[in-house]
Amino acid sequence: MTSVLNVVNQPYKHGFVTDIESDALPKGLSEDIVRAISARKNEPEWMLDFRLKAFRHWLTMIEPTWAHVHYPKIDFQNIVYYSAPKPKKKLNSLDEVDPELLRTFEKLGVPINEQKAMTGVAVDVIFDSVSVTTTYKEKLAEYGIVFCSFSEALQTHPDLIKQYVGSVVPYTDNFYAALNSAVFSDGSFCYIPKGVKCPMDLSTYFRINNGESGQFERTLIVAEEGASVSYLEGCTAPQFDTNQLHAAVVELVAMDNADIKYSTVQNWYAGDENGLGGIYNFVTKRGLCKGANSKISWTQVETGSAITWKYPGCVLLGDNSIGEFYSVALTNNMQQADTGSKMIHIGKNTRSRIVSKGISAGRSVNSYRGLVKIGPKASGARNFSQCDSMLIGSNCSANTFPYIEVLNNNGTVEHEASTSKIGEDQLFFLAQRGIDAEEAMSMIINGFCKDVFTQLPMEFAVEATKLLSLKLEGSVG
Amino acid sequence: MSSNTQTILEVRNLTATVAGVQILKGLNLTVKAGEVHAIMGPNGSGKSTFSKVLAGHPSYTVTGGEVLYKGKNLLDLAPEERAIDGVFLAFQYPIEIPGVSNSAFLRTAYNLRQAKLGKEELDPLEFDDLAREKIKVVEMDPGFLSRNLNEGFSGGEKKRNEILQMAFLEPTLAVLDETDSGLDIDALKIVANGVNKLLTPDNAVIMVTHYQRLLNYITPHFVHVMSDGRILKTGGKELALELEERGYDWVRDEDTASRATA
Repeated sequence: MTSVLNVVNQPYKHGFVTDIESDALPKGLSEDIVRAISARKNEPEWMLDFRLKAFRHWLTMIEPTWAHVHYPKIDFQNIVYYSAPKPKKKLNSLDEVDPELLRTFEKLGVPINEQKAMTGVAVDVIFDSVSVTTTYKEKLAEYGIVFCSFSEALQTHPDLIKQYVGSVVPYTDNFYAALNSAVFSDGSFCYIPKGVKCPMDLSTYFRINNGESGQFERTLIVAEEGASVSYLEGCTAPQFDTNQLHAAVVELVAMDNADIKYSTVQNWYAGDENGLGGIYNFVTKRGLCKGANSKISWTQVETGSAITWKYPGCVLLGDNSIGEFYSVALTNNMQQADTGSKMIHIGKNTRSRIVSKGISAGRSVNSYRGLVKIGPKASGARNFSQCDSMLIGSNCSANTFPYIEVLNNNGTVEHEASTSKIGEDQLFFLAQRGIDAEEAMSMIINGFCKDVFTQLPMEFAVEATKLLSLKLEGSVG
Repeated sequence: MSSNTQTILEVRNLTATVAGVQILKGLNLTVKAGEVHAIMGPNGSGKSTFSKVLAGHPSYTVTGGEVLYKGKNLLDLAPEERAIDGVFLAFQYPIEIPGVSNSAFLRTAYNLRQAKLGKEELDPLEFDDLAREKIKVVEMDPGFLSRNLNEGFSGGEKKRNEILQMAFLEPTLAVLDETDSGLDIDALKIVANGVNKLLTPDNAVIMVTHYQRLLNYITPHFVHVMSDGRILKTGGKELALELEERGYDWVRDEDTASRATA
């Protein structure tokens, strides 16, 4: 039963580098780089203006240090801000995609082909910073749904982008949002027209491939009145010794009676067991429930990255709107996670729910940080937060930092927190029924995360369960 | 009991410590197929320690003696190997596993054992049919199967659930650690009936208990009195009645006297 300490050490299974020629800009950040990125993408003038304003604002900002994470100072001039796989020619189908790239996806187990068609998931594949192919676009087009790369949308639907980009996460929001706004390379755009229920889950797989290229995605999803969509995001990255900065921005907008469900499974390289290498994941994700009765639900399963700094939240502007956040964050070895949610209640009778499950193993540090704010006009607003932590072994730690601001005398805020430890007694009990330590650990963890897993779309739930088990595999005994 | 009945358990001069404190001080016990043994004794006599040592709890260290199970050295086996091989411990305090349904847990345990024994594993539907049969042993409502393992169960429900697990795993040697504690008389009868239904000529049960009342429902072939880490006296079921009446002190006095004259 020495297992408690060493069951959880499993080398990263996606540690390989794909050998594809990258077309990268030189290292460093300046107005010239910002202009170069914009020019490469043939962007409209207003987009460049947005980037430049963001860049100039970013120059006035200082890196945030309030998160409960520690890392060496980032040299922002030592980062490649743009890299794209060199396009060999214009691609019409998957058959024309670089076979090397397809093999990469195969190794990752990304089912991007006919299997995907059977399961009814459209995939917008991001490879480093440029979308290589988009499937199902035609099928979605029948419904008037736009689902494409951000760059493409800038060409085909510039007015929509202009209207909504930065409307939920302004470039002034925070240091990394400003950086992203200046240098974002690509991302996804999704638009669901009025009254349309998206007929399938939309899915994007991200993969960071270039050794020193920062990954700055920008995703924007707009659901018009009465529309609904479920969006899946999954990530893996190859193994490197240099830290890779990732600062994405995701903006969601839900109009009256619209419903957006955004699910993430994240398994980026976390560094080795001594904390060397690994992704820095500094992400700003926010949804705006703009219309009455709208709903935005975030579900995340965070298992990777050396450092995670991420607070998917909802601004509940429309009356009776609903925000939800369901999270599993697993940290092992030297990983550090400071993650949680922000629920800002502005409209009347708005409701929010936060369910956070933190699992810490190794020497990792896992913190929940959440803000619940009930504004002066949000009468009848209600929040329920539940933050549970589970410790594996005795060298890890878990923290909870709840911030609650209530500016209204009839709002209701409930916060529950618990900390438990996978104990020898639990493992012994299961062992006594013939269940070995690995299986037992997996059973206990999956039970602990059940409230979150049941929120995931079926396909992702299976993946997430596998992913946690994989993270918990290792040398028993 | 004919002398050629298979010996299931042979404990010889067993000593064990927990947290550096010597609890078992030379325990001897032989259990044969078809037998029911009751181990009684005052608090702190080492009864529960003995059951945990048999199951292989990592907090307990065996410092001497031997334990043969079906002729093999039991102490060489990991806890899960002992379980697969038919050693079952009904816990005094069954553990709660939040979020894990009783049926998922039971099916995992059942199928692991089936696989190790080269027998057929059951899919959820087949398992559900079996579960509906097995659950009758402890007169539980099928609703128990979908509840989280022991979470929010009453004391009686937890104990019945232990016997349900026993029904699934069909152990060769079942050790019931104070399975009667915290049970009202109706629950006690149900649990005892359940155990009786599971008894066969090929398996054996060791019941660790404080009270004679359990023995009204499960008749032991042997009653052992344990004190200070050893079995001091062994008798038939009438010994339990005598203990109920006279307490434990006379057994200790007798033992002290016999040692003095030895």
